[in-house]
Amino acid sequence: MPIKEDSHIFEKHQQRLKREKRVVMGWQVFILVGFFGLWELASRENWIDPLLFSSPSKVYNLLIQKFSDGSMISHTFVTLFETLLGFIIGTLLGIVLASLLWSSSRFSKIADPYLVILNAMPKVALGPIIIVALGPGYISIIAMGAIISVIITTIVVYTGFREVDPNYEKVLLSFGATRWQCFKSAVFPANLPVMISTLKVNVGLSWVGVIVGEFLVSKEGLGYLIVYGFQVFDFSLVMSALILIAIFAAIMYKVVERLEKWLIKHTT
Amino acid sequence: MSFLTLENVTHHYFTKNNYTKALEDISFSIKEGEFVSLLGPSGCGKSTILSIVSGIMKHTSGKVLLENKPITESELAIGYMLQQDYLFPWKTILDNVLLGPIIQDNVDSDRINKAKELLQEVGLKDVEDKYPSALSGGMRQRVALVRTLITDPKILLLDEPFSALDYQTKLKLEDLVFKLLHAYQKTAILVTHDIGEAIAMSDRIILMSANPGSIAKIFEVPIELRNEMPFLARRHPKYQSLFDKVWEELNKNEPQTV
Ligand SMILES: Nc1ncnc2c1ncn2[C@@H]1O[C@H](COP(=O)(O)OP(=O)(O)OP(=O)(O)O)[C@@H](O)[C@H]1O
Ligand SMILES: [Mg+2]
Repeated sequence: MPIKEDSHIFEKHQQRLKREKRVVMGWQVFILVGFFGLWELASRENWIDPLLFSSPSKVYNLLIQKFSDGSMISHTFVTLFETLLGFIIGTLLGIVLASLLWSSSRFSKIADPYLVILNAMPKVALGPIIIVALGPGYISIIAMGAIISVIITTIVVYTGFREVDPNYEKVLLSFGATRWQCFKSAVFPANLPVMISTLKVNVGLSWVGVIVGEFLVSKEGLGYLIVYGFQVFDFSLVMSALILIAIFAAIMYKVVERLEKWLIKHTT
Repeated sequence: MSFLTLENVTHHYFTKNNYTKALEDISFSIKEGEFVSLLGPSGCGKSTILSIVSGIMKHTSGKVLLENKPITESELAIGYMLQQDYLFPWKTILDNVLLGPIIQDNVDSDRINKAKELLQEVGLKDVEDKYPSALSGGMRQRVALVRTLITDPKILLLDEPFSALDYQTKLKLEDLVFKLLHAYQKTAILVTHDIGEAIAMSDRIILMSANPGSIAKIFEVPIELRNEMPFLARRHPKYQSLFDKVWEELNKNEPQTV
């Protein structure tokens, strides 16, 4: 029976895939456990200076303690809030700016050199100026989280707008569409995939902006904990903040990835 | 009285460091209800003429008049079917077909029913809720045709509307379009590479030559052929003699490549 044979081959193929997946998972777990195990061991045996590099058990204890007294929760919450807001504002503002550039080709030509300079400029260097202008608080930090992604979003999305096949506009123009209708019904939706792809980049950028902002403002948040821990030589604190950042940045990235898949499915 | 008039129309395309003279001194006029074909080698400016007549593109010099008014001031609905279908991939077939009414803000149940009817008529059933990616090239072209017809334009500009169809479908659609246009007394310009199609469908054939695009010759299609459906016209005794004349003229203009 050829059909039976085919399904047999298919089953074998699936088993192979499953086995491969297990092997990969195994290695991933091994590396994770190995890393923390080695770190712990090295710290206990004094291969590395435990005062400088702390150890997983110390970090763990510190995290438990700081979460149970609530202080870590508020720091984490502040940072997450700032990052999320910075990300959203940066992305939306970038899209709005790109739309404005599209709406007037003369405006876009005038703006071009400034965009190039702003894009080339390391945005975090603007930190002190932003803090002076907006005050040493979370508004400045959110602004940093946004400003770091807004220019690149503007450029990428505007380029996307321009690359939309002009013949879609031609179809609409032949029905007497206005320029705004062309934008709404052809240029913008055709460019959605580009806009969606900027989301994933921007989420990473916003973390950079916010952490640097917290370094500078030095009031609260995970970035502040890193700076503070460094100053008082509490490296367990530095490490625990780093680990939290890694975890939440990864979660946020995954959420945006999901969002991206969902958007692609529901808009195209 | 002429419905559409082109007087000494010239058009240049400008690129960053070059320009192309796409049309030179094009003059012709079309009466209301007349069906005219543009025939000529690739690159002779056929699509350019349609873009200019549709009012989407501004020509460099000359006059384009629709009912004695400059094309830009005309309020008449023009149906322009581009050379490729350009269906919007993120819209369903029905939404694609209703694009014109949506833009003109006059979608109602009548329109929707008419859209469905027209889709049926061109041989597309149960595709309304599908997306263009699920259709073959020929099916997409038929959707684009329906999208052009739905707004009930006074003048139709058809840029190789049947090029992606198999021969059988093409003949059937020629008949259908012919019937529709004649029933509603529509004026139409058809661009095609197919001499037979030009003869079978139109009242007049404007033969063009390239470099720069200009009119080489205008053929009147005999009255006997005009009144036949395209399918039958192809079998009419007068068909072949006109075909040969057009063929000869085309070859005269074309540099010897074969
Ligand atoms: N957007 C453009 N920019 C520059 N040159 C163009 C542009 N569009 C067309 N041309 C040039 O103008 C000439 C006429 O083009 P057009 O598309 O009108 O030809 P056509 O007769 O429709 O050809 P085909 O039968 O291949 O569709 C060609 O030489 C072409 O290279
Ligand atoms: Mg063409």
